Amino acid sequence: MNPTVQQVDAQGRLRHFLTLEGLKRQMLIDILDTAESFSGVTEQTVKKVPLLRGKTIVNLFFEASTRTRTTFELAAKRLSADVLNMNINASSTSKGETLLDTLRNLEAMHVDMFVVRHAESGAAHFIAQHVAPHISVINGGDGRHAHPTQGMLDMFTIRRAKGPDFGRLRVAIVGDILHSRVARSQIHALNILNTGEVRVVGPRTLIPMDVADLGVRVFHNIEEGIRDVDVIMMLRLQRERMQGALLPSEHEYFRLFGLTQKRLALAQPDVIVMHPGPINRGVEMDSQVVDGPHSVILEQVTHGIAVRMAVMSMVMSQKAQTTQAAQLDQTPGADA
Amino acid sequence: MEQANEVGTLIDAMAEQLRTQIAARKLVDPAMVGIHTGGVWIAERLHRKLGLNVPLGSLDISFYRDDFTRIGMNPQVRPSDLPFDIDNRHIILVDDVLHTGRTIRAALNELFDYGRPASILLAVLVERSGRELPIEADVIGRKMELGSGDHVKLTGPDPLTLELQKTA
Repeated sequence: MNPTVQQVDAQGRLRHFLTLEGLKRQMLIDILDTAESFSGVTEQTVKKVPLLRGKTIVNLFFEASTRTRTTFELAAKRLSADVLNMNINASSTSKGETLLDTLRNLEAMHVDMFVVRHAESGAAHFIAQHVAPHISVINGGDGRHAHPTQGMLDMFTIRRAKGPDFGRLRVAIVGDILHSRVARSQIHALNILNTGEVRVVGPRTLIPMDVADLGVRVFHNIEEGIRDVDVIMMLRLQRERMQGALLPSEHEYFRLFGLTQKRLALAQPDVIVMHPGPINRGVEMDSQVVDGPHSVILEQVTHGIAVRMAVMSMVMSQKAQTTQAAQLDQTPGADA
Repeated sequence: MEQANEVGTLIDAMAEQLRTQIAARKLVDPAMVGIHTGGVWIAERLHRKLGLNVPLGSLDISFYRDDFTRIGMNPQVRPSDLPFDIDNRHIILVDDVLHTGRTIRAALNELFDYGRPASILLAVLVERSGRELPIEADVIGRKMELGSGDHVKLTGPDPLTLELQKTA
């Protein structure tokens, strides 16, 4: 097995962006602050800044995605980078060698960054381990493991709505925790930002056994779980990932765990409701709630662009430094 | 090591030059834009002295720097704030020190990403030697001949002080 990839270098700067686990609080705050300044770019007549001019970014998507891929693409374009979208049907290729061959070919085209989405946990790490040292890798979602830019755009959305002090917040994550990389990234981010209380709410079959080890409170009843919370983060019911009889039916799920107006009234009066999309209306939540005054679901989409611009520019500025350092040391190819 | 506390006098001189220029060029409702951080301090004072009607704007040129890949990202970038329409407006761009000209180049690029101004006039507190680009100031508080290793820096915001560090 290859050594673990370091996503933060010896100077404490981002080299890859693979998971939120283990990142320092200040790093998360730097990402949020940088994203805040990028959000002004959309007000310009020319919605572009020249930061990554001449850089080539490849969206390497082994799994279908619309929102994540388009917001990564827009973020890269607003930084003036050139973007290549590659949708690779993972099932049609034998993995392993074929994947490495794909990487070698793209490296030969002198690209600077991969944004990777893959159905298997650890795929982004695997690619980060095997790419040439000058290439940065951003995880756009891997299996059940992590979706760190989604986690950060959710934190950005919470900070915009509730202010920078996460210590006074109660946050409930509701739904299919077991299959959710989004939930894992959210929990890590909320813990790193010292959130007052983090709850997970869902049926026993959809909550992993070890989740309490992450310092969250577990609820199997939505009325109890969302009582007095400031933030509700809904998850999508991942029907395509379900194996075995984890759920009786979607109708039954909605009856037991669906977010309705009536249930929403149990939370704080100024509660915000989030969802990473795509929404199954009438399964995870009522349409009235999706479109209601507490919903910040479309703000999440908007914020996704600024947050991805922040992460991309931070790993790229780091990359330039390591390349230079490598040249000074006359040791190109010496990758950690 | 030399210190100069004459910033107030220099700003008065700049205001006087600006009045003359605005009149000579017949600029109607010009808008003032300061470059973070020192340029904004100077611009705030000039804006007040001249009694301009259009609210003061500020520019953070970090995303437009040509040395981004060398010096990296500073997360403390303040969003640029231009509370007026750039199109067809006369702009007075204000900075503390004009040195290589690279900051002004970046600021001009950023301004044009917000629209097409009618004209841009450059006002600086200190114009020092060491230009690397064909850029010059229209309004100058003070000229300084300095060696390439010398530094002149504005500290503030209250009081504003010019600090000069000469290499021996």
